[in-house]
Amino acid sequence: MDHDKLILGGKEFTSRFILGSGKYSLKLIEAAVRDAGAQIITLAVRRANTKEQESILDYIPKGVTLLPNTSGARDANEAVRIARLARELGCGDFVKIEIMRDSKYLLPDNQETIKATEILAKEGFVVLPYMYPDLYAARALADAGAAAVMPLAAPIGSNKGLAAREFIQILIDEIDLPIIVDAGIGRPSQACEAMEMGAAAVMANTALATAGDLPLMAAAFRQAIEAGRAAYLSGLGRVLVRGGSASDPLTGFLRS
Amino acid sequence: MDNQYFVDSEFLSPAALEKKHRLERDPSSRKNHMEYLPGMEQISSGVMDQVMGHRNTYDPAAYTAKDVLAALRRDTCTIEDFKALLSPAAEAYLEPMARRAQAETQKHFGNTVYLFTPLYIANYCENYCVYCGFNCYNHINRMKLNMDQIRHEMEIIAQSGMEEILILTGESRAQSDVAYIGEACKLARNYFRMVGLEIYPVNTDEYAYLHQCGADYVTVFQETYDPDRYEQLHLMGHKRVWPYRFEAQERALMGGMRGVAFSALLGLADFRRDALASALHVYFLQRKYPHAEMSLSCPRLRPIVNNAGINPLEVGEKQLCQILCAYRIFLPYVGITVSSRETAQFRDGIVRIAATKVSAGVSTGIGDHESKYTGRDTGAEEGDEQFEISDGRSFDAMYRDIEGQGLQPVLNDYLYV
Repeated sequence: MDHDKLILGGKEFTSRFILGSGKYSLKLIEAAVRDAGAQIITLAVRRANTKEQESILDYIPKGVTLLPNTSGARDANEAVRIARLARELGCGDFVKIEIMRDSKYLLPDNQETIKATEILAKEGFVVLPYMYPDLYAARALADAGAAAVMPLAAPIGSNKGLAAREFIQILIDEIDLPIIVDAGIGRPSQACEAMEMGAAAVMANTALATAGDLPLMAAAFRQAIEAGRAAYLSGLGRVLVRGGSASDPLTGFLRS
Repeated sequence: MDNQYFVDSEFLSPAALEKKHRLERDPSSRKNHMEYLPGMEQISSGVMDQVMGHRNTYDPAAYTAKDVLAALRRDTCTIEDFKALLSPAAEAYLEPMARRAQAETQKHFGNTVYLFTPLYIANYCENYCVYCGFNCYNHINRMKLNMDQIRHEMEIIAQSGMEEILILTGESRAQSDVAYIGEACKLARNYFRMVGLEIYPVNTDEYAYLHQCGADYVTVFQETYDPDRYEQLHLMGHKRVWPYRFEAQERALMGGMRGVAFSALLGLADFRRDALASALHVYFLQRKYPHAEMSLSCPRLRPIVNNAGINPLEVGEKQLCQILCAYRIFLPYVGITVSSRETAQFRDGIVRIAATKVSAGVSTGIGDHESKYTGRDTGAEEGDEQFEISDGRSFDAMYRDIEGQGLQPVLNDYLYV
């Protein structure tokens, strides 16, 4: 476990919890870093405060990697412009692409996301695209130069957990990139399950932000993610299948 | 060490015999097997490095019963799990492996078993592959069918009810060029619903041409994924170039073929490492070309004309069954073909577990389908066989036997559009 690192864009992380950007407060960032161990914190560039005071940037502790996202972009062009703006603002080369053309469910538009990924990867960005878990789109994102793929587990903010479990598993099995489960994770147990499946990291925000005791919930997420990761690395145990096995051997025909 | 393979013919001239002996005894007289010959297309593919990286570091003895059990209880079989399933430690778990393999086969293929037959149209060969009946130093009846003869063979086979055919030649561009093979494919489309090819590896543009002619599945056996061993067994000819052969399936896919088939010839080298490399060849190419269909075969060495002593050495039926179960568990979606090199009893058993395709009404000779199917001496000229088969069941007998096992024989599931 000591050598188990999450590597994104050549950068090493020991934490596999990423704080999302949905609901922000100083308390949340504090708890995420101190209690959940977050080393990556997302920042919605469009929603960053433009006034002098209360800029989220001021709250980001040292040693934490800022992950600006393109939240609010409606197509690839807007996302590309937001990403470039973030780099100009000194947010670094990491960018999480979020392109939504639906204001009700906020579901990511895979097609536009692929386009933006290709442009930004060519410009040297470490591109982390948020996407709907579709194998073809994930392959296209990998081909376009994404550094990881971030499928949603359930509609964003819904706290419904791994609704897309089977499809996320396919991405984990088939895509040679870290798969970071993003959106919809509502409880530590769900984060744990995603990690057991082989996800590289989990991103959450609402689950912490809406908890009764924020620091306690942040610690619970940390433990759940670490437990799930350890279970994945150790190899899960035997699952008992109902029903006995037939007595007639299948291999009785072999002679030598 | 390879004397079991070396057979001198009294029909060879002193000069030919001298060259043959030199090739067998003096490695420096042989061409560099890793160097492409003029005219051979080189593609830049990362697949070879991926496969060989695993093969070169695989130590079958390092895996224990614990690893095998862990592999069997995992939902998705990883490469490490697959290595454990191929190891000697897994031999003790053949029955549970067979049960898991059967479950995977049923999940992906139901109870279907596909039928096909090979048609050898020529047995001329320019290679000296020491274990093969067609090798250029083996004194056998050589023959190349003309288009009328091919048509006759196809009519006989089609009348038996077969809908899928695999066209084969010896590896001689001079005798059986791409144009000749293309004409045979065009002819085959008149009689069969599905046409596959097992010929010498060619370039991408040639695969594209053959695809236009009606072939859409290409089989190339790598024989062994151990390049040093390969060098000792393929002493002369184009086939000697190991990397060009390795990349054949990828060129075929680049040329537009629908599917490709792979195998090592088990018994030539360390069979566990060859089985590992065969399956990883499929695995990595499938990741690169996710649309392509892939299948694995599992031939073992067989006796040939003029050398009855050739055998698959330590690859017994149990080992073969272990390999096939491991293939199925690791690659549940690929077709697995078991040829008539194996006995009827083995094939009947393995279609219940892992195999999804078997041949029937098989001849590995040239122009002899009528005499073999009817038992009559037709008086027609015939070319000798590539190897001896074990399961001589006709199309009808095979169809009946598959049905009798409660399985469903399928003649074709693909429509050209």
